[in-house]
Amino acid sequence: MNKLKSASDLEELRKRILSGRDPKKPCITVCSGTGCQATGCEKVSAAFQEELKNQKSSDKVDIRRTGCHGFCEKGPVVIIYPGEICYLQVRPEDTSDIVTQTMMEGEIVDRLLYVDPTTGERIVHESEIPFYKNQKRLLLGNNRKIDPKSIDDYIALNGYSALAKTLSSLTPEQVLEEVKKSNLRGRGGAGFPAGRKWETTRNAPGDQKYVIVNCDEGDPGAYMDRSLMEGNPHMVLEGLIIGAYAIGAHEGFIYVRQEYPLAVTNTASAIRQCEEYGLLGENILGSGFDFKIKIHRGAGAFVSGESSALMSAIEGRVGEPRPKYVHISVKGVWDKPSNLNNVETWATVPFIITNGSDWFNSMGTKGSKGTKIFSLVGKVNNTGLVEVPMGMTLREIITKIGGGIPNGRKFKAVQTGGPSGGCIPEKFLDLPVDFDELAKVGSMMGSGGMIVMDEDTCMVDTAKYFTGFLADESCGKCIPCREGLRQMYKILTAVTAGKATQDDIKRLEDLSEVVRDASLCALGQTSPNPVLSTLRYFRDEYDAHIKGSCPAKVCKDLVTYYIDPEKCQACGLCLKNCPVGAISGKKEVVHVIDPEKCIKCDTCFEVCPDKFNAVAKISGEAVPPAVPQGTKVKRKR
Amino acid sequence: MNTVTLEIDGKAVKAEEGMTVLQAAKNAGISIPTLCYHEELEPYGACRFCMVEVTKGRRTKLVASCCYPVEDALVVRTDSERINKIRKVIIELVLPLAPVGTLVGLAKKYGVKESRFPLDKGEEPSYCILCGRCVRYCAEIKKLNAIGFVGRGVDRTVALVPGIGDECVACRECYKPSICEGGKFVPYAEEFAFPPHRSR
Repeated sequence: MNKLKSASDLEELRKRILSGRDPKKPCITVCSGTGCQATGCEKVSAAFQEELKNQKSSDKVDIRRTGCHGFCEKGPVVIIYPGEICYLQVRPEDTSDIVTQTMMEGEIVDRLLYVDPTTGERIVHESEIPFYKNQKRLLLGNNRKIDPKSIDDYIALNGYSALAKTLSSLTPEQVLEEVKKSNLRGRGGAGFPAGRKWETTRNAPGDQKYVIVNCDEGDPGAYMDRSLMEGNPHMVLEGLIIGAYAIGAHEGFIYVRQEYPLAVTNTASAIRQCEEYGLLGENILGSGFDFKIKIHRGAGAFVSGESSALMSAIEGRVGEPRPKYVHISVKGVWDKPSNLNNVETWATVPFIITNGSDWFNSMGTKGSKGTKIFSLVGKVNNTGLVEVPMGMTLREIITKIGGGIPNGRKFKAVQTGGPSGGCIPEKFLDLPVDFDELAKVGSMMGSGGMIVMDEDTCMVDTAKYFTGFLADESCGKCIPCREGLRQMYKILTAVTAGKATQDDIKRLEDLSEVVRDASLCALGQTSPNPVLSTLRYFRDEYDAHIKGSCPAKVCKDLVTYYIDPEKCQACGLCLKNCPVGAISGKKEVVHVIDPEKCIKCDTCFEVCPDKFNAVAKISGEAVPPAVPQGTKVKRKR
Repeated sequence: MNTVTLEIDGKAVKAEEGMTVLQAAKNAGISIPTLCYHEELEPYGACRFCMVEVTKGRRTKLVASCCYPVEDALVVRTDSERINKIRKVIIELVLPLAPVGTLVGLAKKYGVKESRFPLDKGEEPSYCILCGRCVRYCAEIKKLNAIGFVGRGVDRTVALVPGIGDECVACRECYKPSICEGGKFVPYAEEFAFPPHRSR
């Protein structure tokens, strides 16, 4: 491959790639994101190859392993082109039907289609599935069309044309101006205007400057950065190179966590390809602009996602935050001006350069423009990655895209922004999701986690879970975060055990405020959010725990398991499944749980058939006395 | 060096650019209490005890004065209800860990009779509040890096780097009373061991 020496070289290459491809040639795309890897896409893909070989059709059909489609719970996702026929949860044994029926005969394999749970209707095309239909997949959209290991796939879809436009016709100042006008705000959490950050770095004194991609996504259940970095790394690289040109940096870092091996591999191969093509290195596209990128693999600390800790880690020191009263855009890595943005932020840049800031401003709310990817998980029917314009309401995201709460349960809260986000109650469901609105109700955009909770979730237990996570992940440098979170966790443990008093709640509040106001870094400062927001919106649950009951019947210390003698049919399921032999009973005789032996593992409750519904969880009420041994069951008629 | 004028507790204070608010206050005879700060060492910003309120234009925020650089027209308050609450809670958090020396005095000053966050049953004071002065002294002044932090979060503790032991035992300067606050934090000094590991 000869290096591309100009924008027109790139254009010619694009034409050459396209002319070598027949848009009518059938293509099987198999999603190969991490979610689908877990559900078996490797085997499905191998089965397709085998099947095509058997049918002697290997040369007539392309197989493409693409990036993450987002609808991970329905993986592996397979899409057949032309026609965009979408098959979900495909197993290796389904591949022969797909090849013989769909590829050969043009018929659809009905059983693999998406079935709308409300209407029962089968949906053929991916874009018509409600989960996708209500999204605006600006960044994620190309994931399903591209093999992340192929730069040609990216170039075929106009990839690197924004870079070519930048280098051939725009000055760095013009790029900066456009990004400023776009009002793009950082997607990593704080929502700081990207253009202003770039400008500070550009104007900071010094010749040596750095641009850095933050891909240290560490929130439990969140994986938007991962899916972009794995599924479409060139988009991130293109944004980064454009940013480097605007800022005047000639060196960049991509900080990827080691736990994302596929992201590391795909990014490394993308960088290598760019170097071969002359899109990285010296004199990029003949513009005289030099830029190189290094990958830094993070050693797995949540706190390293914090900007100053990330810089320390890149320098080879322990990833611990340092006070940044002088901004890192002025004094960052090795005290040089450094511009750090999140994966999503960088990935948005090429779109802004191609389509202009006015176009970008046409999406979103007054204060937050463009789209945002959320990781929609928890008690919703459709879980996965969701990209929507800023300003869509929480209700729309949860009901229209998420398909509502499963099993007819009632919504209780949604936690946005990762472990240090706040829990938002139902009365705010019509809140338009953007940076400022979420902050107003005591939560945050964060990196875009969205955990839906239903009425069976205990909010105190939830606050305890996240506080425990954050205490584990606290680096331990500053006293409020290290000692404060430890004490908060202890108090929450006492509350969930029914051993706390109102004085303890007062201690918890005092502590939360100090941790918020006094911690060294943003992670510490936001860590009391789960506690503060649940105290604000679900205070009644704290009070109930103090009085000895867990309303959601989650906290084990406050729950007793009881078999209703009126309902028990002596089917023996609970007895057989109890792991500690706490249940006694025999044929025709009512089963009884021995509370001394019971470890409250919930198994009896789970296995008792719905038609009997005899196992009850009791909290805060007196448990009825056990029936005498040998009591006969009352047969249902 | 340019001179700037800022206001600390209502008093106009002149300071040199590049100085921290803590230094400027000290030069003006205004004392701000500290725990992890040490004159000979780089500011660390970890104990959060030296927090003050700074107002710039219309915005007021809480900052660690040991790290915050002075600037012209900055208005600083070293004492307010909010600041006192922070200091009080911080004392409550660390007093049970090291109920000796300076901390006892500070507890009295901030009205802490008894910490609301006592140790667990059976837990012993570690006599270490992880201020890092010993670690930084060893790294910055002695340039030995013989001791360091190990563990993360509540598991954090100070430990000897294996293999540097001999040189380290010979020096022992990190135990100077001026480094380890009052020297009383460390009943371990005799056998030269560091505070034991603690867990959540």
